[in-house]
Amino acid sequence: MNNQKASPWKSIKLGLSVLFGLIVFAYGFQITKVNLEELRSETRQESLVRVTRALANPDLFEYEREEAVINQPFYTPCPENATVPTSDESGAYIVVTPACANPGEIVTVEGFNFAPYSIGPVRFVPGSDITNIVTLGRENAETDGNGHFVLEMEIPDRPSDDVQYIRATIRTNVGSPHLTKTAYDTWEKIVETVFLALLATVFGTLFAVPLSFIAARNLMKPVRSPLTSLSFSLLGWPIGMAVGIFIVRLVSQFIAPFTSNLLVNILLVLIVPALLSVVIRWALPEEDTTIPTSGLRATRFIVLVIATLIGFVWMYQFSALLMNSGNLIAPKLGVFTFLGYFLVQIGDIFQVSIPVVGALAAGSVAGNFFGKLGQNISEKLNSGTVKIINLVSSATAGATVFGLIGWLVEWLYQLGRPEYTQTGPIVIGALLGLLLALTTKPKDTLPTGLVIYYVTRTILNTLRSVEALVMAIVFVIAVGIGPFAGVMALGLHTIVSLAKLYSEQVESIQAGPLEAITATGANRLQTIIYAVVPQIVPPYISYTMYRWDINVRMSTIIGFVGGGGIGFLLQQNINLLNYRAASAQMIAIAIVVSLMDYISSVMREKVV
Amino acid sequence: MLQIKNLTKIYDGGVKALDNVSFDVPDGQFLAVIGLSGSGKSTLLRCINRLIEPTDGQILWNGEDITKATPEEMRRIRRKIGMVFQHFNLVHRSKVITNVLAGRLGYTNPAWGLVNRFPKSDIEKAIKQLERVGIADKANHRADELSGGQQQRVGIARALMQDPEMILADEPVASLDPVLAHSIMKHLEDINDSDGVTVLCSLHFLDLVHRYADRVVALNQGQLVFEGLPKEIDDKKFKDIYGRDAERVG
Ligand SMILES: Nc1ncnc2c1ncn2[C@@H]1O[C@H](COP(=O)(O)OP(=O)(O)OP(=O)(O)O)[C@@H](O)[C@H]1O
Ligand SMILES: [Mg+2]
Repeated sequence: MNNQKASPWKSIKLGLSVLFGLIVFAYGFQITKVNLEELRSETRQESLVRVTRALANPDLFEYEREEAVINQPFYTPCPENATVPTSDESGAYIVVTPACANPGEIVTVEGFNFAPYSIGPVRFVPGSDITNIVTLGRENAETDGNGHFVLEMEIPDRPSDDVQYIRATIRTNVGSPHLTKTAYDTWEKIVETVFLALLATVFGTLFAVPLSFIAARNLMKPVRSPLTSLSFSLLGWPIGMAVGIFIVRLVSQFIAPFTSNLLVNILLVLIVPALLSVVIRWALPEEDTTIPTSGLRATRFIVLVIATLIGFVWMYQFSALLMNSGNLIAPKLGVFTFLGYFLVQIGDIFQVSIPVVGALAAGSVAGNFFGKLGQNISEKLNSGTVKIINLVSSATAGATVFGLIGWLVEWLYQLGRPEYTQTGPIVIGALLGLLLALTTKPKDTLPTGLVIYYVTRTILNTLRSVEALVMAIVFVIAVGIGPFAGVMALGLHTIVSLAKLYSEQVESIQAGPLEAITATGANRLQTIIYAVVPQIVPPYISYTMYRWDINVRMSTIIGFVGGGGIGFLLQQNINLLNYRAASAQMIAIAIVVSLMDYISSVMREKVV
Repeated sequence: MLQIKNLTKIYDGGVKALDNVSFDVPDGQFLAVIGLSGSGKSTLLRCINRLIEPTDGQILWNGEDITKATPEEMRRIRRKIGMVFQHFNLVHRSKVITNVLAGRLGYTNPAWGLVNRFPKSDIEKAIKQLERVGIADKANHRADELSGGQQQRVGIARALMQDPEMILADEPVASLDPVLAHSIMKHLEDINDSDGVTVLCSLHFLDLVHRYADRVVALNQGQLVFEGLPKEIDDKKFKDIYGRDAERVG
């Protein structure tokens, strides 16, 4: 191996690089404050021992305790005329030899008739008050099988003519051990931790699945659309969303007076779906063998719009039903009150999300409809006309998109400078749109799918590089300390990392079935459902389990930054130097993590 | 009547897979497409249902220009064109019956696909198609539990579900043994004869061409080099199609 020629220059280079390495290393040592002396110092070692002992002795179980408190009168120095007190030997008692002594002298304290195998302190009680809780000196007594102990103690420097006392407080455990408060708290928090992980995983998965399809190159690459269709669709979305929100508002105002009565809720929630299913069956026939006439299509569309409106009425009634029934039953459930509040909360979340659903639904309908209109224009009209339409629609679409982004910036930062957030973006957007329309041939298709793919991928990769713990800090600032911030942070991190993993699975599916299903005339949605989904179910399940495992781990420490779960308790106890409690929490974490690891590996084995 | 006019396909890398190809296929004909590997057979068949976008030229089917169809029109056209593949292209993890039902997707409303629902009539129809190709007993097996020959029958049943007016078969028997090859070809022949379905089938073996095809088109490096009856392929024509050094086998 060493067949290179010796060269002084090489050796110097080696020496220099070693020197450089040493400097870097030394600098590293300095800034990370590596200091072995610290470890060796007396105080450090002592506290290390203390911490280790506490950790080995988690605060999980405790006994009810019985105390035997015996006060033996004692004189120091020995009195000249008073008699030396003797011990009352009827129950437990202590004998001090000698019976009196000068300050600083050592006496022997012997105890009799105490509970066997018990421990407790023997202390000197200064002053003549037998109930004094201020004591001096402390020796630990440990009784043998006969309830007897012997120890020596030094009489403190508290000379007095009055009687003083030597007190033995021997404590015995009675009954069977029971869980400490720490154990209960730990249990409560570990449950919170597991559920935090579960919620984050469920929400994360729900969002990651659709995202993974638009982050998959093989699905997005064939998606191309002519500029006319693209710009029409871009215009359709915001218009549709605005209309959607407006309509949902109207519906909610119309329905508001009818939501307070539980009976009305139940009635409508049950009747409306039956009605809707009949209507939808007619308007969305399972199969169209012949092409429907445009009149029939229009009627079906109108019927569907009306059905959607009724659908929103149903959603409002449903959320009202949840809240009303939750409020009604919550006080009557006793231990299960939380179930009632759960209903109320779900109803609330549902209600808040109705306008969002409405906006998205109307937006996608309008976007789709306008897109198809654009597609038809681009296919059927001649190039010159299409070019003119493109110039106009593309400029308008650009202006709209940039204008909306500007509006968002204004809303977020409140700059108050319309030239930056309104006129500026609108003009730039319009110009970019014009430029795009000028440079593309009127009927050429643009790789819309690939653009969406790259944008999605970039966002996913950026977010994925942010640690979940950092996200938790951001969310703690945004929504306050507590498990909600933790769920948001873990959920977001789950979305981005699962979307990436999932989309890689989508990219590695067999292309053959995709081709075959497309050839039958299936549209994109059907192709995904029948050709893609069956191929990706097993890896999706296995990745989700894996992620749940990670989330349990993460949720145990996310509390360190205020994200809820057991980490919060652990950190508090460490800061309060309450190591026995911290030890209990660490044990809980270890058990839960290894249990999750085991469960998830078993389940992954089963599905794959 | 299917009319291919000056069809050209140039792939992104610059490969000219089809070079100004023109020919007609009358309704109900069994047309064989032959040519060396890489001559453009798959590209030609996939251009017809636009799984591959042609670069130039026209494809007229009953007077309608397929190359100009909007996505919605394309859905209506595709559902009348069944396709059978060399590697069967079944969804392995799905049941046989689901694979067959998938042939109906061009007709069913996409909204119902979300709940994985087909009309009862379609399910009965699917069973009937499976009976026709002789594997009704496998309906509830997973597709990848079937042998190659059985999988290709499922492929044919799927195409039949479309009530096709034309079937494109891209080397349907290339991965099967000779006995199975004949049984699959017989199914296609039967569909052609009794249902009057036009069949465009690319083939590698001339004996199959002689046995099943009404007419032949041959491609060589993307160009149409022969068009005529199977029996017209003499030694000279053979060398035009397969090259100077080719030897006739079988
Ligand atoms: N997706 C593609 N991108 C670029 N070139 C391609 C692509 N698909 C096929 N080609 C090229 O186009 C030419 C024709 O290919 P095609 O698959 O149509 O041939 P074929 O006659 O079906 O061959 P085989 O008998 O092997 O199936 C070949 O040179 C091939 O390399
Ligand atoms: Mg091929």
